[in-house]
Amino acid sequence: MEIVLVGLNHRTAPVEVREKVSFNEEQARRAADELRSRGILEETLVLSTCNRSEVYGVPPESSHECAPGLSSFLSQFHAVRPEMLSGSLYHHYDREAVRHLFRVSAGLDSMLLGEAEILGQVREAYRFAHEQGATGPVLNRMFQGALEVGKRVRTETDLGTRPMSVASAGVKLAERIFGKLEERSVLVLGAGAISEQVVSQLRVRGIANLFLMNRSCDRAEELARQYGGKVVGWGEWDTALRAPDVVVSSVAAEEPILGLEVVERAMAARKNRALFLMDLGMPRNIDASVAKLYNVYVYDMDDLSDIVQQNRQARESEIPRAESIVEAHVGKFLSWQASVELVSLVDELRARVQEERNAFVKARMESMAHLSEPDRLRMESLMDELLEKLLLEPAQKLRGEKELRRKIQNVEALRDLFLSKRDKP
Amino acid sequence: MNRIALILTAAAYLLSFGCYMRFLNTGRELIGRLGTLFLALGLVAHYFALLERSRGLHTVPYHDLYGSMSLFGWLLALTYLGLELYHRQRSVGAFVLPFILVFFLAAHLAPADRLPQPDLRGAVFAFHVTLSILAYAAFALSFVLSLIFLGEERLLRKHELGNMVWRLPPLELLERMSQSSVLVGLVSIAIGTALGFVSVDRLMGQYWFYDPKYVVTLFVLLLYALYFRLARTATWRGARASKLCIFNFVVVVLSFTVVNLYLSHSHRYF
Repeated sequence: MEIVLVGLNHRTAPVEVREKVSFNEEQARRAADELRSRGILEETLVLSTCNRSEVYGVPPESSHECAPGLSSFLSQFHAVRPEMLSGSLYHHYDREAVRHLFRVSAGLDSMLLGEAEILGQVREAYRFAHEQGATGPVLNRMFQGALEVGKRVRTETDLGTRPMSVASAGVKLAERIFGKLEERSVLVLGAGAISEQVVSQLRVRGIANLFLMNRSCDRAEELARQYGGKVVGWGEWDTALRAPDVVVSSVAAEEPILGLEVVERAMAARKNRALFLMDLGMPRNIDASVAKLYNVYVYDMDDLSDIVQQNRQARESEIPRAESIVEAHVGKFLSWQASVELVSLVDELRARVQEERNAFVKARMESMAHLSEPDRLRMESLMDELLEKLLLEPAQKLRGEKELRRKIQNVEALRDLFLSKRDKP
Repeated sequence: MNRIALILTAAAYLLSFGCYMRFLNTGRELIGRLGTLFLALGLVAHYFALLERSRGLHTVPYHDLYGSMSLFGWLLALTYLGLELYHRQRSVGAFVLPFILVFFLAAHLAPADRLPQPDLRGAVFAFHVTLSILAYAAFALSFVLSLIFLGEERLLRKHELGNMVWRLPPLELLERMSQSSVLVGLVSIAIGTALGFVSVDRLMGQYWFYDPKYVVTLFVLLLYALYFRLARTATWRGARASKLCIFNFVVVVLSFTVVNLYLSHSHRYF
């Protein structure tokens, strides 16, 4: 019951290689089928995201022996030259494979430390593989453990709570003021890449109304179509600023486009309803004096960058706590694995001993024809009793072993001593 | 029995405070839930402590400073727990529990100075006292919420977020919680005051006699009704409404201390 992992990620492979080895749903299903039908793996699961492609499996033979076959399968499957992959692929076995998956699920192996999406991707990959019957008891247990680790790390540590980009920091700040943004209106000034980032984050949070204002209406209309918003004519401040709770501005302009007077007038029209202004322009789009107005909160690029920097440090300080959760669950999984292995080992030993005993009895009893049938049965029964006692004692000792590493070593030693290579699973 | 209930109450409130502080610091959901659980346990133990005392008095314990302070602490905890469950927001617990603890512990240090008013008994009077103290507890809660609002608003405006702001409730939720709390207080004080007039009528055969406490209570009712009205208008929403709420509570504290101790003859401890 060994585990093997072969894969590559953003640290080991450039994007050109990653995109060649990525799996869509259909490819993941086909790869899993082929790996099992060819006998390379007994259980298999493909995890493919934009930053990683990994194949987890339980091989019929030793995991170390199976890994090269798995690597060449990947290069064949994606029609990529093996040399191209050789420097990028990593191989992990057993404990290291489990630890790797748990770290991935916790967001510790992500490009953006602690990102939340990976847990959903692991969950989806597991659900998909499970539904098509590609996983078995080992991968089921391992991936359920991984999901548990991901959940614990996100609830018990601060690894994923703080925003790590300027856009998400701005959106989180808006939530500090208004709570859930579901019933809120947002006005976006400018239609560049950064505006789009914010709009996409706001849409995920289900904002009620999105208004877009840009000097060039075409680009604003394109964004409005994409994200379901309304275009407002450039410069119609009195009407445009009346409804929104959040204003995001990233316009290329030499002078501030929202001055004190404009916002003051708007606040009077809004009857001082709170307004959050996110100024992502450089130079700034909103006059600094606007921040003095009642119920107006202004954050510019520097403020948001400072928050991101603070959050990055805060997230990094959470790594030891997240790692300790990972280690605890790795230990839990290995303990389960060792106890399962022990049960299967005892069963195998019993079968082997039974086989030997039958051959022995057959050979010896032929030379003891003087024994009556009841005596023969009695002797066989005594032999069974002795063999069971001999088996039971080491099994109980192993089961009672507290130290995991020693337990695993003893299981391996017992297997090596009493089972020939052909008997090993 | 009473001693066990007192020790259990203090221990549960202390543990709850510890858990809420830890929750505020780490954001761990499990710790927050433990805080709520200990608070609920504290409420049950506190109830038995009050019940024990009520059995001796044959009424709600309001005849001495101990009783009214302890009852205040219990109702504050009860109101907070209701508010926490209704708004699903635990971050405020760390700020409210110290008040509950202080009132509970101070009640035991206060002298057992009992008022000799054997006539003032019966269900109507008991409800008058309980509802009045519930109203003060709800106002105290809105005071704490307003203080948190002002602190968080200040940090947000000054861009000094630190670790704290990410854990506190959003500003608008704090406002809603404060308004819910004031609504509980307003309803309680309105019914409580009406029942007070009924009690006076039963005791003296007339609805009204002059007591400065009446005037101040009506003033408090008016101030909170004003807050409730203004806090929902766009012009006052936010820091202004919170400041008004804090001012209102200062009046409540004056009513509880100066008016009760020096001006009123019939409302010494509630």
